[in-house]
Amino acid sequence: MGLESALGEGYLTTRVDSLVNWARSNAVWPMPMGLACCAIEMMAFAGPRYDVSRFGSEVFRFSPRQSDLMIVAGWCTYKMSHAIRRIWDQMPDPKWCVAMGACASTGGMHRCYGVVQGVDNFLPVDAYISGCPPRPDAVINALMKIQNKIKTEHSVLLDT
Amino acid sequence: MNISSAHQKVIDDLKNQYPDDILEVTGYQGDILVRTSVNKIHDICRRLYDEHRFIYLVDIFGTDRFTSEERFEVIYNIVSLRDQLRLFLKVRCEEEDPHVQTVTDIWKAANWQERQTYDMFGVIFDDHPDLRRVYLPEDFEYYPLRKEFPLLGIPGSIELPSTTPDTED
Repeated sequence: MGLESALGEGYLTTRVDSLVNWARSNAVWPMPMGLACCAIEMMAFAGPRYDVSRFGSEVFRFSPRQSDLMIVAGWCTYKMSHAIRRIWDQMPDPKWCVAMGACASTGGMHRCYGVVQGVDNFLPVDAYISGCPPRPDAVINALMKIQNKIKTEHSVLLDT
Repeated sequence: MNISSAHQKVIDDLKNQYPDDILEVTGYQGDILVRTSVNKIHDICRRLYDEHRFIYLVDIFGTDRFTSEERFEVIYNIVSLRDQLRLFLKVRCEEEDPHVQTVTDIWKAANWQERQTYDMFGVIFDDHPDLRRVYLPEDFEYYPLRKEFPLLGIPGSIELPSTTPDTED
């Protein structure tokens, strides 16, 4: 059941943007930035029960050079923030960022001098996930939001 | 307050040796707390180590009592493995220029504990071999566990990473 049988002798037209975005949005490789208990839920999100490979994101890359999506899972200290920013800068464009859980989004219950009150203080966050920790469903939801965002972006042609 | 005979023996010995420096003996939930004068803490620790075999230093920590006099308190949690006794020693020092003699020459484990107490409360441990901050940046100007330190810290006192990526030369 290939595409050929449906098309017959015909052809499809599309835009390069759409094609590239379709490819990108179905191969969002995450960079796991597991800092605390949210990382356990992030592992469940990648595991067989929630099975994120349905969305093309099962390939957790432990090298920033090969990943597209940074999932900041857990509370981030000022000391760690420099390492996270460095890894973020090492990721090749285009790249997206998810702040997973209350701590990464706002500092959460760690309302204290040593914890950055939200990773958006030094990272451009695309999606925030509520919860402490969030269920893997919520992480999948954030991933789908990122996919929608990718699909509406201009990837090849600049909007002039 | 119930003091076991083994504890009482230790306290009596300290009171004989340093009659003017054992200021207060209290108990709480089965723990015995001995408050001593700050000048003699090193001698008292040395005697407890040598004579009563309190060879295990569990912890050293500070408290901020937020009083006008003798504001900071340094507490030593020590254990005698031979006699199976646990004892807490307390010393108090003033807000201005708090100084306590180090006990790192008695217990090596005191090194980082005292550094942490210095880091959090600013208590200076005299003759400490390496009195630097443990957790906070070296150039941090405040002592975060002091009561007047705001919960969320001083804005800008710890650096956040630059949000403009490094450019290639």
